[in-house]
Parts: sequence; C-alpha cells; structure tokens
Amino acid sequence: MAISKKEVEHVALLARLSLSEDEKEKFAKQLSQILEHAGKIAEFDTKDIKPTSHVLPIKNVFRKDEEKPSLSKEDVLLNAPAKEEGMFRIPKII
Amino acid sequence: MDYEVVIGLEIHVELNTESKMFCGCSARVFGEEPNTFTCPVCLGFPGSLPVPNEKAVEYTAKIGLALNCNVAGYTKFDRKNYFYPDMPKDYQISQYDLPICYGGYVNVEMEGLAPEGSDPRGYVRRVGITRVHLEEDTGKLTHIGESGRIGGADYSLVDFNRAGVPLVEVVTEPDIRTPDEAKAFAQKLKNIIEHLGVSDCDMEEGSLRCDANVSLRPKGAKELGTKSEVKNMNSFRAIQRALAYEIERHGEVLEGGERIVQETRHWDAAKNVTMSLRSKEEAHDYRYFPEPDLVPMELSKDWIADLRKTLPELPDARKKRFMEIYKLSAYDAELLTSSKAMGDYFEECIKSYSDAKKINNLMMGELSMHLNAANLKIEESAVTPKHLVQLLKLIDDGQISGKMAKDVFKEMFETGKLPKIIVEEKGLVQISNEEEIEKIVDMVLEENQKAVEEYKSGKGRAFGFLVGQVMRLTKDSANPRLVNKILRKKLP
Repeated sequence: MAISKKEVEHVALLARLSLSEDEKEKFAKQLSQILEHAGKIAEFDTKDIKPTSHVLPIKNVFRKDEEKPSLSKEDVLLNAPAKEEGMFRIPKII
Repeated sequence: MDYEVVIGLEIHVELNTESKMFCGCSARVFGEEPNTFTCPVCLGFPGSLPVPNEKAVEYTAKIGLALNCNVAGYTKFDRKNYFYPDMPKDYQISQYDLPICYGGYVNVEMEGLAPEGSDPRGYVRRVGITRVHLEEDTGKLTHIGESGRIGGADYSLVDFNRAGVPLVEVVTEPDIRTPDEAKAFAQKLKNIIEHLGVSDCDMEEGSLRCDANVSLRPKGAKELGTKSEVKNMNSFRAIQRALAYEIERHGEVLEGGERIVQETRHWDAAKNVTMSLRSKEEAHDYRYFPEPDLVPMELSKDWIADLRKTLPELPDARKKRFMEIYKLSAYDAELLTSSKAMGDYFEECIKSYSDAKKINNLMMGELSMHLNAANLKIEESAVTPKHLVQLLKLIDDGQISGKMAKDVFKEMFETGKLPKIIVEEKGLVQISNEEEIEKIVDMVLEENQKAVEEYKSGKGRAFGFLVGQVMRLTKDSANPRLVNKILRKKLP
C-alpha cells in the first residue's frame, strides 16, 4: 500500500502542515511503511469478529444534567495571545 | 426541459438541557456575556475529558421516537476533524455511522395542489427522516471589519459560550419538492419538538437552524442532479424565499447549458439572493473516527419502551382530539395546533368557556390580526385567555356589541386591561332597551323620508342606510339585532 506524494500533500493540507519537497518524499515512504505494517491485520480472518470502535469493555458512561461552575472570565482569557471585549481575538479567517 | 426539484433539509436544534453536552457549564448561554460559561472541557484544554449528558441522549431519542424513527440499540460518538476557529479542539464530537435514531418520517399537510397529484383540497407529503444524531454546538464568531462579514474582515473575535451546547441534527430524505413544502416541513418539525419540550426552537435566537440541499433533475430521471447547499436561512419565510431563488438559479444555469457547481451558498435576506462563499478549494474530508475519549452507548429495548411511554401528546394527535371533542373543522384544528403555544392558549380558554368555535374565531380573527400587526408571538400577547373569555361573555350577555368588542379588543391588546374594566372606564354600554331604540328608530324614519320611500319601492340598500343612521345616532351602542328587528317591524 504505497502512499503517493500527492496523498501526502492532501493530508498535510488537511492538518495545515507545510512540508518541504524532501519531507514530502520522506513522509510518503514512512507512511507507506506504517500502512504496510498495519496492513498485516487484514491478513487475519475477521468474519466472526464484531467491529470494534473502542477497546475497553465499558459502555454507557454518563453524567447527570447538572450545572457546575464555569471558569472565571479572567482565567479563560489568561493564556490568550490576543483578546478584545472578553473574546479571543484571532487573525482573519479568509 | 421540464425539471423536477429535489430538496433535502438538515435541521439543527439546540437542546434546552441545564448543562452542556460534555461538561457541567450552563447550556443557557444565549445573550450572556462572552466566555463566561466555559471550562477546560468545552475550551478543549489538553488533558480534559468529556462525559456525555444523559438527558441530551434521552432528548435525542425522544425526538427520534416522535419522528417515527428507530432508536439504535448500539450507538457511539465520532470525531469530525476540521480547522475552523469556532471549535477550540479543531474537531467536533458528532456521530457518523451509528446515529442514535434512523429511518423515520413526518407527514406534512399541504394546502393546494400536489406538484404531480390531483387532490384539489390539499395533500399530505410524507417526508422521510434519514437520521437524528447528537453533537456539540460550536462557538460564535464575530467578524470585525467594514462589512461585518467574514470576507474582507480584518480579524475575528471568538465567544465559546455556545461551544458544547447539545445540538441535535435531523436529516431528511430528499423527499421535498417545493419551497412551500420545505417551509411546512420545518414548521411541523418545530411544532413537534416544541410539544416534546426539549428545545426552545427559536429561529431568531438560533436554537433552530435550517440548511437545505437543492438540486434539479430532468422529469422522470432517477439520478439526482448536482446539488448546492443553502445556509443562513433564519426564518421560515427565508427558507421559502431562499429555496425559490435557488431553484430558479439552478434552472437558469441548466437551461443555459452550463453545469451547477457543488458548493455552499449563503442566503442574503436583505438582497434576496444566495451567494457563493468563494472560500478556498475546500476538501470536505472530515476524517471521522470513533471518539477515543468516549465509550459506546447501548440503549436497551426496555429503556426505549419506557421512554416511548413518556412522550406527550403530539400535534397530529392534538389536532384529532380538537376535531373530535370540540367539533372543530380540520382547517380550524390544524391552525389551532400549528404551534404548541397556540394550542395551549385555546385549551386555557376552553376551560372556562364552552363554545370552541367562538374562541377559535376570535383567536384567528382579532387576536391573530393584532399579533401580526405588532409582530408578536401569542405567548407575548397582553390579551391572555382570561381577557379573551371575559370579552366573549360580555358579547354573549349583550353588554357590548360585536362592533364595540373590536374597539375593546384593540384597547386590551395595547394596555393589557381586562375588558370589563375597559367597558366601565369608557362607559360602553349597549342599548338593549327596546323602547329606547324604538324612539331613535322613529326619529330616523321621520328624518329620512326619502330613504323610506326608496325602501318601499324595492331598494334593499336603503334598509342598511337606515340601520346605519340609528347606529350613528347611538354612537354604535345600540344592539344591532334589536335595531334590525324594530326597523323591520316599523317598515311596511
């Protein structure tokens, strides 16, 4: 299962990563190896095995619908690189 | 070429739980000071862990049951990955392949002709419900710049109060064929969810939001045409107008031999157009995967059966009851049950007044007229069921005429005063004394010989003129029924 350079570019775009040409080549090779390794699982016969979405044998963990105190306004914005009128200020989006 | 319109809707409703979907922050955040209801979980701090709100899962299943859906025995949350500053985690916890509910339908009663049918008195469109799933709402962005919109903004501000509020998404099958049907479906869905009491369903406050997928295909074709997705429709009227615009746009593009571009378009209510967002080439590649921070849910048959028993009476059943018990026409009953508040108002009235038809007429007449003119909802009306019933009783007792009642209604709508008080304050008393009316009638006949002659020569119109003269002299306070009776007696 070989990953092409184009696929690396697509995944990088989705993750908002900018990669150099060398990195694209390198990651294409590494990702291919990882997929190949994981691909070994496909060799098993899983006909009688239920799909697994979670590995722990736990289900139905809920909380009651009760309001709890929130953080103070000051704490919320403490680490914000920029703020304005009690809100996070962010660079223009498009 | 003749085209068939295909519309599917995605409707989001915020649940009215006390707390958010995955943390204990208040979920009642509309209009609150920015970022005052946030915590490490809904701000997506590293190391924080979500725990689902039991009530939100229950409410979602309730909505599904009310929409004739199956409730899944096994369901889970998934992670939807995308970069957009309205979500602090850069992903939204949603549901992908195993939603809580799937495969239901809603019957929507329509007025007028079916697009391809022949019933002249209206028809029922059955709209399939593909799925009902649960997710978390996003934060709110304010774009700072000349236009106030995202395009051309200098920068943006983020308020995460809404991030994490439980949000249910209802997805329909592409069963809708006209803008009117889309509007009627959205109204019916709102009505059902209001009856369940699980959301405020307020479009203006954004607790009910509607997106639509629209496409055209040649009549008779099986395959769907290329669709566009319309967003930002903030009222039922906007749904109707935006879809009408979009259908026309598709038609023109196709007729011109061009192709529809699959894209998201925003409805601009002020300009009456949909506009492409011109965002960069956007790959809708959300890379969903099972949410590793949350364990799956198993909803037992017993739990679902118990939940079904807690469902309240829904609009269709209420309408049927109104027709059977109060002998209202299908048309009246449909209108009276078109919103929960309307039905509640009627039922409050009927507790202390037995003539359903008269209540209905006053609600659909004066009350609706004044509410529409003032752009108010029935629950905001200064005229309460108590006012309305008292007014009906004053009319029944002959204390005021129907004409006077209109003036009293206007006054109580504006001031909130009870009708009895208004009648007293204004000295409004209907003259129901026959002798008194006779005197006035005699006077009118004496003074209007010409009209009397005309009446005698067969001009029926003259009678109305004479009635009008009596009413004028009594400043509309004479009992019109008696005026008519006495005039008939006096005129040979």
